[in-house]
Amino acid sequence: MRIGIFADIHANREALEACMHHAQSQGTERHAFLGDLVGYGADPAWVLNIVMHHQENGAIVVLGNHDEAIFTARDRTMHDDAQYAIEWTRSILSDKHKNYLLGLPKRFEQSDALYVHANAWNPGGWQYIAAVFEAKKSLNATLCRFTFCGHLHEPDLYHQGMTGRVVQFRPVAGVEIPLGVHRRWLAVLGSVGQPRDGNPAACYAIYDTIKNVLTYHRVPFDVETTAKKIREAGLPEWLGARLERGL
Amino acid sequence: MIHTGGMAVIWRVTREDMALPLAMKIPQLDSQESSTITCFEVEQMILPTLSGPHVPRFIASGEISSQPFLVMEQVLGQSLDARLASLPLPVDEVVQIAARVATALHDLHRQHVLHLDLTPDNILFRKNGEAVLIDFGLSRHEQLPDLMAEEFLLPLGTAPYISPEQVLNVRSDPRSDIFSLGVILYQLITGELPFGDPKSMAGLKRRLYLDPDPPSVLNRDCPRWLQEVIFTCLEVDPEKRYGSAAQLAFALENPSQIVLTSRAERSKRVSFWTVLGRLFRYFRSGPAATRSAARHLGAVPIIMVAVDTSAGMEVLADTLRQAVKRIFYSEGNARLTCVTVRKTPLVGLDYTVDDSGTNLHVQYLMELKHWARPLELPPDRISFHVLESPDPASALVNYARTNRVDHIMIGARGSSTLRRYLGSVSSHVVALAPCSVTVVRVPETDSVQRSDSTGYGGYG
Repeated sequence: MRIGIFADIHANREALEACMHHAQSQGTERHAFLGDLVGYGADPAWVLNIVMHHQENGAIVVLGNHDEAIFTARDRTMHDDAQYAIEWTRSILSDKHKNYLLGLPKRFEQSDALYVHANAWNPGGWQYIAAVFEAKKSLNATLCRFTFCGHLHEPDLYHQGMTGRVVQFRPVAGVEIPLGVHRRWLAVLGSVGQPRDGNPAACYAIYDTIKNVLTYHRVPFDVETTAKKIREAGLPEWLGARLERGL
Repeated sequence: MIHTGGMAVIWRVTREDMALPLAMKIPQLDSQESSTITCFEVEQMILPTLSGPHVPRFIASGEISSQPFLVMEQVLGQSLDARLASLPLPVDEVVQIAARVATALHDLHRQHVLHLDLTPDNILFRKNGEAVLIDFGLSRHEQLPDLMAEEFLLPLGTAPYISPEQVLNVRSDPRSDIFSLGVILYQLITGELPFGDPKSMAGLKRRLYLDPDPPSVLNRDCPRWLQEVIFTCLEVDPEKRYGSAAQLAFALENPSQIVLTSRAERSKRVSFWTVLGRLFRYFRSGPAATRSAARHLGAVPIIMVAVDTSAGMEVLADTLRQAVKRIFYSEGNARLTCVTVRKTPLVGLDYTVDDSGTNLHVQYLMELKHWARPLELPPDRISFHVLESPDPASALVNYARTNRVDHIMIGARGSSTLRRYLGSVSSHVVALAPCSVTVVRVPETDSVQRSDSTGYGGYG
C-alpha cells in the first residue's frame, strides 16, 4: 500500500493540489498529514476541508505548532510574520474548523511507524530535527522502526543501524530509497506549502509498505497565484515573496 | 557451493524457468558482526539498481526465516586474481585488461554507483572478454543512503588498493575507483604492489605523500606512456587523475595521443622537498569536496566533432568550429576528439596517394589539425583521427560507440532533392548514434536558394 505523506502545508492550496494530483498519479491509496496545516498561507479553510475529508476515509492527521497556535495564547517564540498570519487565520476560520484542530493528536502510531510534526522525544516542545544529534534523540525516544516528521521544511533522512550510530542522508527526489529491515529510519519531510531548502517546488513523500521503499518528490506549483492570494489577504509581503525562492 | 569467504557463502542454484546459471549469496551471520550484515544490506540495496553486461544480473533478494539471501547471475568467467600467479604480464595484455575494466567502471559510474573496493578478485572476465565487476558490499550509490557510513572506525576497502581519500573516509568520489585501477595496473605490469600491503593506519597513510617506484624501473618493458597513465591514475589529488574511466580507457586505447609529462620520465622517487610539500598540504586541507558520480561524468564528457575539410566546405567548417568553441567554453574538463572520414571506394582500387604523390591519410590529418588550431586547446584535451571507409555515417557512429563518446557534433549542408531522398550523412548519424548529436548548419540567408550538387565529397 502506498501512503502519501504531506507535511507543513501551511494553507497553500496550489501546492497541496499539485502534490495530491501527483500522488494520485503514483497510485497513492492513503494519506498522512504531519501538521502545520494552517499558518503563513491564504487558504486555511480550503486545506482543512480537504484534510477533514481524507480523515473520514482513514487518513492520519497530527497537530503542528501553527495549528496549536490557533487555539492557544501568543507564542513568544513565533516571529511577527508568523504571528500575524495566525491571528488572521484565527479571525477567518469557522468554529467547526477550530474545534477540528483542537481535537487533533500530537502523535499517531500505526504498523511500526510513528507520525509526528516535529520530533518523537517531545512532540509538544516543537524542537527541530536539525542534525544527527536531534535525530538520535528522536530515534531513541520511540520503539517504532519508522518515524515520519516535518517542521524543518527541508527534506532529510536519518538511519540507525545496530551500532546505534545515526547517519544523515539528503534524499534525491524521485529515487526510491529501500528502507532496510536491519535498521531504523527517521524521515524528515520537506514542506508542501513553504519549502525552505532553496527549491521552490513543493515537497512530499510516498511510503510504499509492500516494497518497503520511501520516495521523496518535488512538485512545482503555481507560486504566483499563491503569492498573489497572500498579498490580497493583507498578509505580510515576505510570506509571498519567499515562496518564489524556496526560502 | 561455489565459494566461501570471510563474509558470505555462495551456492550454485537453479530455477526451473531460467537457463541462466545462478548464484545465491548468504551472509555468514555467526560472528554477529554488524558490518557483515551491513555489507550484505548494501549489496542487496545496490545490485537491483544495476544493469548491463558489466555487473551480475540481479534476480531476487529477501529474507527467509530471518536468513537474508541474494540471488544473482553466476558469471562464468575467470577472475583477474587468477592471473596474479603469472606476474608481470606482457604489456599488451595489461593494457587490454585495463581498458576492459575501465569500460566496466565507466558503465558503473554512469549508473550512480562507486565500487570503492576494486581488487583483482572482484573483477571477472566473460568469454567474450567483457569485464564484470562483482561484490558491491562496500559500494556507494550516490542517490541512496550510505549504509556503511556508520562502520567508519577504520577506512573501508582492501588496503593495497584504496585511494588516499578513502583512507580519509571520503566515499563520494568516482575517481577513487580510478586510483584503485591504477594500483591494479601497476601490480600487473611490475609484479609489485605500489604501496605494499600496510597493516597499520600509518602505513595506509603513506600513499598520501609518498610515490611508488616508477614502473619502468621495475619492468624495462613498461613503455613511458603506460607509466604516464599509471602515475596519472595514482595522483594523490583526484583533480589530477583522469576525469572519468572513459577518459582512462580512451588513453589506453590511443597511446599515441597521450601527452608525456615528467611523470613519464620519472626514474626514481620524487625529492624530499616534494614529499614535504605534500605532507604540508595534507595536514592543511580538509576532506575533498564531494562529487556526484553522474554529474561529474557530465562535466568530463568526450565530445566528438566530425569535420569535412574538403574544398567548398569552408563556411560550414567555420560555423562548426564556432559551435564547438561555444560548447567547450561551458564545459569543465571536456575532451575533444576531431574526426574526419576519407571516403574509400566500395569496389575498385583505393588510391592512398594523390596525383602529386602526397599520402592522402597524412593530408587529411594535416587539414584536420589546421581546422582545429583556432580552438587553442591544450594537446592533452584534443586528439585527431582520420577514418577510412566507404560509409562515412557508419564509420562515425562506430567510432563514437567504441570510444564512449558522449556527444557528436557534425555539420550539415543545405538540402538538395537527392539528399533529402537518400538521407544525408548527418541524418544517418543522428538516427544511429549512441549519444546526443548536435547538427550544425550555416544559417540561411534570404537571397540564396541552395541547390547543391550531389557529390560525395563531404557530409550533408
